[in-house]
Amino acid sequence: MENLISLFVESVFVNNILLAYFLGMCSFLAVSKRVDTAIGLGLAVIFVEVITVPVNWAIYHYLLAPGALAWAGLPDVDLSFLGFISYIAVIAALVQLVEMIIDRYSPALYSALGIFLPLIAVNCAILGASLFMVEREYTFTESAVFGLGSGVGFALAIAAMAAIREKLRYSHIPEGLRGLGITMLITGLMAMAFMSFSGISL
Amino acid sequence: MSLLSKKNMVFLKDPLMDNNPISTQVLGICSALAVTVQLQTAIVMSIAVISVISISNVLISLIRNKVPSNIRIIIELAIIASLVILVDQVLKAFLYDISKQLSVFVGLIITNCIVLGRAEAFALQNKPWPSFLDGVGNGLGYSMILIVVAFGRELLGSGTLFGFQVVPDAAYAAGYQNMGLMVLAPGAFILLGLIIWVQRTITGTVAE
Repeated sequence: MENLISLFVESVFVNNILLAYFLGMCSFLAVSKRVDTAIGLGLAVIFVEVITVPVNWAIYHYLLAPGALAWAGLPDVDLSFLGFISYIAVIAALVQLVEMIIDRYSPALYSALGIFLPLIAVNCAILGASLFMVEREYTFTESAVFGLGSGVGFALAIAAMAAIREKLRYSHIPEGLRGLGITMLITGLMAMAFMSFSGISL
Repeated sequence: MSLLSKKNMVFLKDPLMDNNPISTQVLGICSALAVTVQLQTAIVMSIAVISVISISNVLISLIRNKVPSNIRIIIELAIIASLVILVDQVLKAFLYDISKQLSVFVGLIITNCIVLGRAEAFALQNKPWPSFLDGVGNGLGYSMILIVVAFGRELLGSGTLFGFQVVPDAAYAAGYQNMGLMVLAPGAFILLGLIIWVQRTITGTVAE
């Protein structure tokens, strides 16, 4: 249990998927202009990460890993090279499914998340979390916790950024630096702030 | 129409400066920063991206009139993912050490917004040859930023270029120190921010 809490804290703060691994920058830059939309995207990312990382864990361990097909009588088959295409297919299909389910049971949440859900299919943070899960050889529970942690980390970073950018509108910035330039500089400062969490372990 | 007519060269040159995919169109930043601690990985990554983007542009342009528009995204993703698997297997076979260093970032070319973005915005409306040039041009524009960032980070962060020491020992003896910040994530963000500033000042692009 302690190990899981530690993994969660680490994936939210120390190894923040956005500020330490640069994943999900595209939507981070495009959708961080207003706080409420940023929080909407953050929630959608948490939601999708929590589902896709464990599902991809199951796909990898029961279908793709070397020797994973032993239950079907094919112990020598190694399909791990099919990883990329399976994960992206799982993500795209799940995003579609999640979208339909939310639309059916919670129209309010659907209209809040609406436009962001389809975009999430090509968010590097989602695919990145699945690939890290395979590379670091997490167990099933760990993969679920890691999915939640990296989603929360992304949401935290994008919400904080949107709050800063709302204030930034009133400041006087040199012409060439406006927009993307100043956003990158602030992201750098934020990444530096998050680095001060490194070394924390529970 | 000749293959390298003036009109076609525009597709190749435009993305290098005026319409650079990273600094102007804001696409594909995710992977641009993670692989730039060293020049070597940055160059391998650039080559991988150029090949994926140009081949996927050609293939998508070839089938552009046969694919119904409501399933086009999944088909584009399938094509891109297959190409990335090829690149990944080639890297694992011939450049194993570098592929270990690039770790998950080769796989992330699939979700690199430049590749899908060019497929959607260009290859779906144009013939294969201009699409190929557009792919190469955007790939080169991306590589240019990647290499400049990697040059700065490796030189300032480790005092080396391509793994060879370029800062003389005398400088270290006189008290010069490597800038540890450049090796870490914040250095990449700040350096890219400064490069974008310079580049936008030269081209005169002004954001709202």
